[in-house]
Amino acid sequence: MTTISDPPARQGFRPSQLIYDTRYRSLTIQVVAMILLMLAASWLVSNTIQNLESLGKDFDFGFLGQSAGYDINQRLIPYENQDTHGRAALVGILNTILVAFMGCALATVLGVIAGVLRLSSNWVVSRLISVYVEGFRNVPLLLWIILIFAVVNESMPHPRDFASTSDMFLNSIAVTRQGTWLPAPIFGNLSGILLIVFLASLVAIYGFRYWARKRQEATGEILPVFRISLALFILPTLIAYFILGMPISLDYPEPGRFRFEGGLLIRNSLIALWLALSLYTGAFIAEIVRSGILSVSKGQSEASFALGLRPNRTMNLVILPQAMRVIVPPLISQFLNLTKNSSLAIAVGYMDVRATLGGITINQTGRELEGMLLLGLFYLVLSLVISGVMNLYNNRVKLKER
Amino acid sequence: MKKSVFLGALTVAGLCAGASAAATLDDVTARGTLNCGVTTGLVGFAAPDANGVWEGFDVGVCRAVAAAVLGDPTAVEFVPTTGQTRFTALASGEIDMLARNTTWTFSRDVDLKFEFTGINYYDGQGFMVPRELGVASAKELDGATVCIQTGTTTELNLADFFRVNNINYEPVPIETNAEAQQQYLAGACDVYTTDASGLAATRATFEAPADHVILPEIISKEPLGPLVRHGDNEWGDIVRWTLNALIAAEELGVTSANVEQLATEGTDNPEINRLLGTEGELGAMFGLDADWAVQAIMAGGNYGELFEQNIGESTPIGLARGLNAQWTEGGLLYSPPFR
Repeated sequence: MTTISDPPARQGFRPSQLIYDTRYRSLTIQVVAMILLMLAASWLVSNTIQNLESLGKDFDFGFLGQSAGYDINQRLIPYENQDTHGRAALVGILNTILVAFMGCALATVLGVIAGVLRLSSNWVVSRLISVYVEGFRNVPLLLWIILIFAVVNESMPHPRDFASTSDMFLNSIAVTRQGTWLPAPIFGNLSGILLIVFLASLVAIYGFRYWARKRQEATGEILPVFRISLALFILPTLIAYFILGMPISLDYPEPGRFRFEGGLLIRNSLIALWLALSLYTGAFIAEIVRSGILSVSKGQSEASFALGLRPNRTMNLVILPQAMRVIVPPLISQFLNLTKNSSLAIAVGYMDVRATLGGITINQTGRELEGMLLLGLFYLVLSLVISGVMNLYNNRVKLKER
Repeated sequence: MKKSVFLGALTVAGLCAGASAAATLDDVTARGTLNCGVTTGLVGFAAPDANGVWEGFDVGVCRAVAAAVLGDPTAVEFVPTTGQTRFTALASGEIDMLARNTTWTFSRDVDLKFEFTGINYYDGQGFMVPRELGVASAKELDGATVCIQTGTTTELNLADFFRVNNINYEPVPIETNAEAQQQYLAGACDVYTTDASGLAATRATFEAPADHVILPEIISKEPLGPLVRHGDNEWGDIVRWTLNALIAAEELGVTSANVEQLATEGTDNPEINRLLGTEGELGAMFGLDADWAVQAIMAGGNYGELFEQNIGESTPIGLARGLNAQWTEGGLLYSPPFR
C-alpha cells in the first residue's frame, strides 16, 4: 500500500486499487453486484426456457386469438362463448375495474364517516365505530367475503318463492339468494339529448360553484351552494325528460320459471365482494382519516370556533383540508390494496380477470406462464394508473411550499 | 463471449436436470413414496375417511401403482388438486401422476403435453336438479342457473350444449365439488352439472338424495383416466400397464383373495402366469419386480373389486357397471394382452 504523502496521480492505476482503494471500491462492489444480478436473471430466463422446452412447450401468445368456449355470467361488453380468449380476458378486466371502482368509492365514504365518528364525543358512537374498525382490520378479508356471501345466499328467498310481481319490493325490486333484480333502463331515441342536458347541468354546477366562491371572496356573502347544486343536478334533466316524452323507460323483472326474466341482475357474488372489500378497506381508511384529523392542531378548531364557525363548517373548511395532506398518500395505497384484493373474487365465483384470464383460460390452454405474465402486467398497469391519478390529486391538495 | 459460454454451461446443466427429471421411476423409488394427484374430495372416487385415510376408486389406482412400484400400497402422498390446479401440479412435477376424474381430450393429450394412460371410468356429463322443479329434460332448462366447476371439460360442453339447443343459462363458476354442493343445496343455482358419476357421488352425500333427480340427458363423452407427463415413456408404461393389470385381472378371474395362491402355485393359464410374474419377464421389461402385478392387485383388488367397494351398486353411490363392464359382458373395458 502507498503512504498518504504519495501523490496518487504518479502511482498510476493498479488493479488492486479496485479492492483496497476507497475511491474505487464502491464502484467495484456495484459492478460485481450488477454482474451477479444479471447472471441470476439470465439463469432464471434460460432455466425457464429449458424447462418449457423439456415439457415440449413454447412461449406464444397466440392462444389469445383462439375461441374461448366458456361462458361468463357478468358481461359489461357483448361476449359469447365462441369469442376469443382475449375478449374473455377483456370481460374479466372490466369486471375487475368495476368492482375496484365501486369498492374504492364506497370504502372512501365509509372510511371518512367512520373516521370522523370514531372521534365523536358521543361514547356509544365512538365505541361502535371502534368495534367496526377493529373487527374488520383484524380478520382476514377472505373470511369477510365468504361470510357476507354466505349470509346473502342463505338468508334471502329463492327466486322461485316470488310468485308474482306483488311479492316484490315496490313491485319492481327482488332481493334473492341468486342476486338482486332491479328494473333495467331502456334508452330510447332521444335519450342522447337527455344525456347532453345532464352533462350541461354538471357544467353549470361547476360554473356556479366557481362563481359563488369568487363572489364570497369578493363580498363575503355565502350562497346556499349545496341546495342550488342539487336543484341544478336534478331539475333540468327531469324537465327535459318529460319534455322529450320520457325517452328512458324501465324494463321490469318478471318472475319466470327458474328466475326473473328481464330487468337488471346484480349478482350476489358482486354484492358480497363489493361489500366485503368496501367494509374491509373502509376500516383502514377510517384509521387514516382519524390520524389525519388528529394531526391538525387543536388550536385550529379552537381558533375557528372563536371566529364563530359552526362545528360542521369547521370540519369542512378548516380541519379536513389540512387533514387531506396527511390522508391522501396512505389513501392511495389503500386503493391499490383494494384493487389487488379484488382478485379474491374467485372465492365467490365473481368472474374477474383472475377468474377468466388467470383461471379458466390458463387451464383450458395450458399457457400458465404467458397468462400469469399478462395478469401481472395488467395489475401493474392498473395500479400505476390509480396511483398516477391519485398523485395528481395529491399534488393539488398538498402543502404548497414557495 | 463469456456470457455465451456461461449460458452454454447453463444449457448443458439445464439439459442434465431435464433428463434426470424425466426418470420419474427413479425419483419415486428414491423418495420411497408416490405423489399422486387426486380431487379435493369426491366421495367414492377420492376422499379422506374419518381417520384422514384417502379412499376411493381413483385412490385405488394410485395405491395400485405405488404397490407395483414400491411394493407398498400405503406409500402414497395424496395431493388434493382442483380443476384449475391439477395440470400445473402435474406439469411442474409436484405430482408423479394424476388420478382425478380427468377427461381424456385431444388438446390435453397433444397441446398440454400429457399422456393419458388408459380409461378407468367411461363417463358422460349429466345434470342434477331438485325434484320440486318438475324438470324432466335438460332441454327444459331455459333460463336456469347452473353451477359448474371452472377449468373443466364440463364447462365447455355446457356452453356447447346450450348453444346447440339455442337456450339460455346462467353459469355460476365454482372451484370444488364441495363448494358446488353447498351452493346447489343453498339454492344459489338450480342445476348442478358435472360427470354423471360425480353427480351420483355428490347426491349420495345429501341428507335427502331422493329429492334430487339426475336428468336422462348425457351430453358428452367423458372418458376418465389417469395421466402422466409427456416425455417419460417408461413411467407412462408403468401407470398404463398397472391399470391394465387390474382390468385384465378381473377378466381372468384373479382377485385380491386368490392372487397370492395363484402366484405361488401357478396356473394352467399362461396369460395369468405372465401377468403374475411366474412365467416370462414382463416386470423386468420396465424395471419392476416380477410380482409387480400381484402387488397391484393385492393393494385394493382387481378392477371389479375396486368398483364394487367404492362406487358400485352396493355402495350409497350406487353406480351400475354399464359401459364400465368387461368387454366380455357387453361393456367397454378391454385390456390389451399380457404377452
